[in-house]
Amino acid sequence: MRKILAGAVGALLVALPGQAETVSDFTLDNGMQVVVIEDHRAPVVVHMVWYRVGSADEPAGHSGIAHFLEHLLFKGTDDMAPGEFSEVVEAQGGNDNAFTSWDYTAYHQRVAADRLGLMMQMEADRMRDLVLSEADVLTERNVILEERSQRTDSSPGALLGEQMQAAQYMNGRYGVPIIGWRHEMEVLSRQDALDFYAANYAPNNAILVVAGDVTPAEVLKLAETHYGPVAPSSDIVSRDRPAEPPQLAERRITLADARVSEPYMRRSYLAPERNPGDQRQAAALTYLAELLGGSGTTSVFARALQFDSNVAVYSAAFYDGTSVDPGTFGVLVMPQPGVTLADAEAAMDGVLAGFLEEGIDDADFARLKTQIAAAEIYARDDTEGLARQYGEALAVGLTLQDIADWPGILQSVTEDEVMAAAQQVLNRRNAVTGWLTTEEAQQ
Amino acid sequence: MMIRIAALLLAMALPARAEIAIQTVTSPGGITAWLVEEPGIPFTALEIRFRGGTSLDAPGKRGAVNLMTALIEEGTGDLDSQGFAAARDALAAEFRFTSDLDGVGVSARFLTENRDEALTLLRGALVAPRFDQDAVDRVRDQVLAGLRADEKDPETLASRQMMARSFGDHPYATSGDGTISSVTALTRDDIVAAHQGALAQDRIYVAATGDISAAELGSLLDDLLGGLPATGAAQPGRATLAAKGGLVVQPFPGPQSVIQFLQGGLPFEDPDYFAAVILNEILGGGRFSARLMTEVREKRGLTYGIGTGLANYDHVEMLVGQLASANDKVAEAVGVIRAEWARIAAEGVTETELANTKTFMTGSYPLRFDGNARIASILVGMQMMGLSPDYPKTRNERVEAVTMADVKRVAARLFRPDELLFVVVGEPVGLVSD
Repeated sequence: MRKILAGAVGALLVALPGQAETVSDFTLDNGMQVVVIEDHRAPVVVHMVWYRVGSADEPAGHSGIAHFLEHLLFKGTDDMAPGEFSEVVEAQGGNDNAFTSWDYTAYHQRVAADRLGLMMQMEADRMRDLVLSEADVLTERNVILEERSQRTDSSPGALLGEQMQAAQYMNGRYGVPIIGWRHEMEVLSRQDALDFYAANYAPNNAILVVAGDVTPAEVLKLAETHYGPVAPSSDIVSRDRPAEPPQLAERRITLADARVSEPYMRRSYLAPERNPGDQRQAAALTYLAELLGGSGTTSVFARALQFDSNVAVYSAAFYDGTSVDPGTFGVLVMPQPGVTLADAEAAMDGVLAGFLEEGIDDADFARLKTQIAAAEIYARDDTEGLARQYGEALAVGLTLQDIADWPGILQSVTEDEVMAAAQQVLNRRNAVTGWLTTEEAQQ
Repeated sequence: MMIRIAALLLAMALPARAEIAIQTVTSPGGITAWLVEEPGIPFTALEIRFRGGTSLDAPGKRGAVNLMTALIEEGTGDLDSQGFAAARDALAAEFRFTSDLDGVGVSARFLTENRDEALTLLRGALVAPRFDQDAVDRVRDQVLAGLRADEKDPETLASRQMMARSFGDHPYATSGDGTISSVTALTRDDIVAAHQGALAQDRIYVAATGDISAAELGSLLDDLLGGLPATGAAQPGRATLAAKGGLVVQPFPGPQSVIQFLQGGLPFEDPDYFAAVILNEILGGGRFSARLMTEVREKRGLTYGIGTGLANYDHVEMLVGQLASANDKVAEAVGVIRAEWARIAAEGVTETELANTKTFMTGSYPLRFDGNARIASILVGMQMMGLSPDYPKTRNERVEAVTMADVKRVAARLFRPDELLFVVVGEPVGLVSD
């Protein structure tokens, strides 16, 4: 266990200039990264452990195992009975939960600040000592099947998204849904879960984020006590994942469903992500999404499709560059009744062509810069949100320096960079276009 | 090793009181606001509520307050929709306008550096919205799209069915969003009338948290809200819950059914209210250890999640719950819920459940007051409930004061299996409407 002197901890506090919040970090001897975000406004702490493993790291044929395992981590250890973890957190007045994405799995609790040690004790316990009964595994498998029914199969929009994502990635693992394909979920076994767990749940594959009314020295001491003794794993799955081949042809999908009321069209373009030391293009795409569809009133889409013409009821553009592998840039248009999806799509493509031709309105760009700068101030009001931002960025391989640099990069991005990113990404040959329609429209 | 953790729990004393310094501020014009000063981050969160909301709709004008609320930020003075949005965004201010059965809400966040300009804009929107005809038509189309989508949303269908069966001719019986025909028929005059009726000074509640002093807040309230009419539309009367129980199935395609259930609740002023809150928490609170979560999800895998809550509206109190379950498991899930309802009514709860729930409720209460926006929202809600600013300091004592005898008595009073109404939207196997 590495000993860090109090003085060294103090020095770390100023190691990240440009950061509005006070952030410190350490690495334990067993490889566990520790990040502390201080916020002393309320006697509350958020404790999160992020594993650098998600559904995109699953073995082929076992889709959903990362998320299933996340559920099973509440089913007890050699020291705790099934359900006891949450009971203990709740008995402290806290709350706890977990979530799984393509690139990470995270477990979090929000408790009074003086309960941090207890949270660490329990979280460290279930990092290596999970105990699962066959009966609990089978019951919980029904729960995740119900979750899939509720979140995906009951929602035509979610089903379209799943189909589009699968079409976007012919070879990359982002094409497989996080919750899993139903036929594979139905046969996930206790042993599948234990194998995935043994390989990937270890301190050298984990990031501890503690945010709230704590000092770095306290956190380090507690982390060394509870997480320090946990043995690292030598079997962590490689993130050198299958890469996408070049996309040669536009892909199109139409999903018709009786439950659809308002048809819409969506398109996703393959798009670069934030990379360590290389975030400018992702920052430019962040602006592009805001400019095209970030506001229901003043965005390029809203003005053209909802104000200057009466094509759309709703329009949007979205991009999130925080991922391990290349992600997507998305656009969506929900047409007015009587406007066909073909006409809506043509109108949107016309708007995009015009935008690529004419460039960015200077006043729009200036306003966005102000808003993005202010968003950093507003974000500090939400300690849990900050903890998530840090955990997510670190879990996909970005560094604390990258996180610290990000606001400055956003402020320094130029209109030319945004247009260059737009020219590169907004290419239908790199895209999947999806139509969600009623069954009548399909016939 | 479980003993080790149990011992740890006993050793820890809980912080039982919310340490939050609430000031009350009254403007020269007589508008009162609650304030928590928090200068740590250079912005202010401001929450305003107008009591009444969509329940103030005039006869035949269902949906007017909802559409009016969506139009507040569509221009004022020299600014049209585009101009207003651009001016607001240039200040990086954020305004959100919402309506529900009991109120119209305004949530604003603005930076200290341009507070006056942001509030000038907000004042214009609240006091003198333009309601241009083209904006009315455009936003109406969005509301209509939402109404059409609601007709294919099982959760919305279930809650509409629930309210329609429960509240007779009270406004609560119908959706505040209106219907396709009522919203289609609304005119600009209807919107202006809804604004006059809903946003009036005799129904304002204000709270602010953040980088603003009591003096600063006091002096801006009259500017911001003093231009509103002194009085507004009459509030509706008390709603009567038709508590006949039973089960209603509404067919809807899909792999799962949405199940909602309801019976009467207890008003906050009732001496048994806190015992009822504890009982609800034990039966169906959002926690994983709640009885329904344990019985329906953890033991049987019948759902992804189930919860119940005491829903206290201005004019009625209910105990409501919801889950979604595979069509072939709905009957079993409903059976388990009914059995748990009867069990808690007859047997009450265990000493351990009572103790753990009190610990959870008293321990979690101070954790709510985290973040300017969250605090401002809690503060304005407290005012609407008629609480005093020192309530957060006394609330946990009221939870602690509930005894096992109270809980047993209130369980028998609160849970009435015969009055429990289930609405199932889906294709449940083996279930038909009563």
